Amino acid sequence: MRSQSIQTGTAEADLVLTITVGGQTCGVPVLTVRDVLGTQSITPIPLASAEIEGAMNLRGRIVTAVDLRRRLGLPAREKGAQPMSVVVEHGGELYAMLADAVGDVVPLQAADRAANPPTLDPLWRDVSRGVHQRDGQLLILLDVDRVLTIGGDR
Amino acid sequence: MDDLIADFLTETHEGLAALDVALVRLEKAPDDAPTVSEIFRVIHTIKGTCGFLGLSRLEKVAHAGENVLGRYRDGTLKVTPDGITLILRALDRIKAIIAGLEQTGTEPAGDDAALIAALDAAAEGSADATPAAEPTAEQPMERPMEQPMEQPMERPTEQPAEQPVQEAGGIAAPQSIRVSVEVLEDLMTLVSELVLTRNQLMQVARARSDQAFSVPLQRLSHITSDLQDGVMKTRMQPIGNAWAKLPRLVRELAREVSKKIDLEMRGEATELDRQVLELIKDPLTHMVRNSADHGLESTEERRRAGKSETGRIMLNAYHEGGHILIEIADDGKGLNTARIREKAVTQGLATEAEVAAMPDAEIHRFIFRAGFSTAAAVTAVSGRGVGMDVVKTNVERIGGTIDVASTTGRGTSFTIKIPLTLAIVSALVVQVAGERFAIPQIGVVEMVRVGGASGARIERIKDAPVLRLRDRLLPLVSLARVLGLEEEARDARDESGFVVVTQVGASLFGLIVDELHDTEEIVVKPVPPILRHIGVFSGNTILGDGSVIMILDPNGIARATGVTAPGTATSTAEGAGGGMRSSEKTAMLLFRAGDATPKAVPLGLVARLDDLPVEQIEFSGGVPVVQYRGELMPLLAIGQDGLSPDAAERGRQTVLVFSEGSRSLGLMVDAILDVVEERLEIKGGQDRPGFLGSAVVGSKVTDVLDTAWWLRRSGTDWFGAADAAPSRRLLVVEDSPFYRELVVPTLSAAGYDVVAVAGPAEALRLRDRGAVFDAIVSDIEMPGMDGFAFARTVRDGGPWAGLPLVALSGRGDASALHSAREAGFTDFVTKHDRESLLESLRTCLALPVAA
Repeated sequence: MRSQSIQTGTAEADLVLTITVGGQTCGVPVLTVRDVLGTQSITPIPLASAEIEGAMNLRGRIVTAVDLRRRLGLPAREKGAQPMSVVVEHGGELYAMLADAVGDVVPLQAADRAANPPTLDPLWRDVSRGVHQRDGQLLILLDVDRVLTIGGDR
Repeated sequence: MDDLIADFLTETHEGLAALDVALVRLEKAPDDAPTVSEIFRVIHTIKGTCGFLGLSRLEKVAHAGENVLGRYRDGTLKVTPDGITLILRALDRIKAIIAGLEQTGTEPAGDDAALIAALDAAAEGSADATPAAEPTAEQPMERPMEQPMEQPMERPTEQPAEQPVQEAGGIAAPQSIRVSVEVLEDLMTLVSELVLTRNQLMQVARARSDQAFSVPLQRLSHITSDLQDGVMKTRMQPIGNAWAKLPRLVRELAREVSKKIDLEMRGEATELDRQVLELIKDPLTHMVRNSADHGLESTEERRRAGKSETGRIMLNAYHEGGHILIEIADDGKGLNTARIREKAVTQGLATEAEVAAMPDAEIHRFIFRAGFSTAAAVTAVSGRGVGMDVVKTNVERIGGTIDVASTTGRGTSFTIKIPLTLAIVSALVVQVAGERFAIPQIGVVEMVRVGGASGARIERIKDAPVLRLRDRLLPLVSLARVLGLEEEARDARDESGFVVVTQVGASLFGLIVDELHDTEEIVVKPVPPILRHIGVFSGNTILGDGSVIMILDPNGIARATGVTAPGTATSTAEGAGGGMRSSEKTAMLLFRAGDATPKAVPLGLVARLDDLPVEQIEFSGGVPVVQYRGELMPLLAIGQDGLSPDAAERGRQTVLVFSEGSRSLGLMVDAILDVVEERLEIKGGQDRPGFLGSAVVGSKVTDVLDTAWWLRRSGTDWFGAADAAPSRRLLVVEDSPFYRELVVPTLSAAGYDVVAVAGPAEALRLRDRGAVFDAIVSDIEMPGMDGFAFARTVRDGGPWAGLPLVALSGRGDASALHSAREAGFTDFVTKHDRESLLESLRTCLALPVAA
């Protein structure tokens, strides 16, 4: 994990890992992230919800991979593009959220967070904790628990 | 804490757990001397040890209790419910003091004078003739002196002798040491890792084939397996341990709500992983409490409903295909379907239209929905559902499932299915559509190569694939199709591949796969919650090569392919009552004949299917016949007379062939529709000749064929002539009319003179009236008196004591066989297995009747 960008004076809870999904910058709270991995071999799981890409082996633990593009209703990744895995823990299980790219760890102030615009796609509104403005770009702060509420568990 | 005290606490816990059970047993059978001795001894030991450890408060309570028990043991005092209640109160006090001791290391302060006085009064109650009415105050001074010395010596020698007497208790084996649970857990984790590493090594070694490594590696592999078995064993505990508290709980509830309740526990010895055991303890207790409190009616209501005053709660545990099934059934009023439906609508869980279309079973499952049960109003009216969602969550946490079956007025039955262990199983790795899956070895019966030169070939009845395996039709399931990996039904695939013959309960089916890999020991990891709704996986694991693989659940596949309503939750529960149903799923052959209503017949009864060229059909005395293996096989039409309407056009006639010895009978049908696995519930009367009634199969009303009627129509002498043996009289005891209809014609056709009754009570009435039979065939699972009890009663004496007794059971496992033999059955045959039944009867009747 990249810790060099952690600035002094910023509470850790406000640090987020930026990721890109279908051109959109999103943030995942750093404290929830267990690992960031490159390309992994993933076993598909038949009959699972479409968002579930499959299962992979992370040092002897089984991690369920969720494709963020499909979870967020975005078009599928181009053939040959290699996603990055952001591993998080949810309800005692490990999950990998597949993103197009992983960026830096950046500090975000809770005070700067804007509420979800009412026109936001309901699918996104469901998983977004709010919107930040950063370097002229909008960053959606993801609610990991909501993102991983999929399938029969919903 | 003092080591001595810690040891004392562990030991006392075990003793006390056994006591609750023993006391309730004593109340039922007050003259049971071994039970009294057992209880007396435990209390006596506690008292003795306390004196030694200087726990004076505990000692006094135990002593007073022991006095009463001593009188019971000597027979100078009668065992009364009040007396037992008092002893139970003393036990509670002992437990409370022990709990305090555990927390602080010293006895908590408290006054036991009232309780001791009550116990002393009870001890003196009818102490008329006894000279030794010693003043109780002296006792604590006297006894401790002698007790501590003899206690440690006594116990080890005493226990082995006691073991056989004690059934439900949980006292540890004589040669044992105590190991903390943590140590065992660590061992288990290490062994799991070792197994994985071993697998990885084996994988590497296979690729290299280096002689120098292979021998020690083989050895390492064996030792690892043995070690794994050993460690697994340390974790296994009988489920009875989790049930030990229930008899007392039920007894107290019964007194509280003034009901008469019998708690029946079966399969206490069924072992499961202690981790799993711990996790299901609370849900089980909760459900038993529910059954006693809400499920069973009051004595008055029961009387009015014409039921016996004493309500029954039955707990049953058994193994099935790598799982443990636990049933909690009561014979109470059943769930209030109308109320649940209403509540589901008002709580917005479903719309009016949805619930109207739902079958009752589906409605009942609403009680598992979060929030459904918490509303007080629902609890009061539905009479059930207090925290059933919590129970479900707990069960699911350990990878289990729960289901409910309920019949109004008959009772409710919950079935919990949990994995045997959360740890390691042996599995067969198969491949289909390029993906690999593991099938637990325990469910695999055999593997058959299909296609190619071997000769075995997958055939199709309409679209349903079947395999002819040693003269039986095995329904097949395409794994690729079940898993949605196959876009089109590809015939090319059928040409070659493998069929994994899998057993679920009593029924067999084959899974079509492309390739077989090896078997591997796998460490089962439960699937994450977001995959749990997919019923066909029981877990996932990491293989030796590091890849993740899903573990298939044969039970789930059987359910997914059986034509239960699509998208419904699992349904493993057996019905609470008897009635016209088969408790297991039966493979049914669906066909069309005459009218448009589909017809069904159990696949097991059909010897084979034929598509006969019309020109081969000849007529003999107006009856169509064909020549088959040198014999004439008569053909009967089910619909209209003569051949099927399209037979002339097609030039072929489809025929279901039923065989009996060397003779066969063909039923002409219009078209074969499908083969389905279905739990049959036959409705409707038997007013239509040739049909048992109708059942809903795959959401369509289907007529179920009365095979017997058709066999009779072909002429009784036709079958009777096959067996020249003098007619023997058979009594068939079977509660399910469905099975009676299956078994009786089979036996009649084989030349037996059969009388069928619906239960042991009826059978015993026949005996008392002096009816004479040559042999008895009895079902095992029956409401009221079951087959085991019936066998014991018959063997106990009377005119039938020496008759051959054949048990019929849906379950063919070794433990059932063992229990059957123990109960006095001569032989044991699984239901549906017609040949074995006939064979068994031939053998039994050929033997000289045992006196």
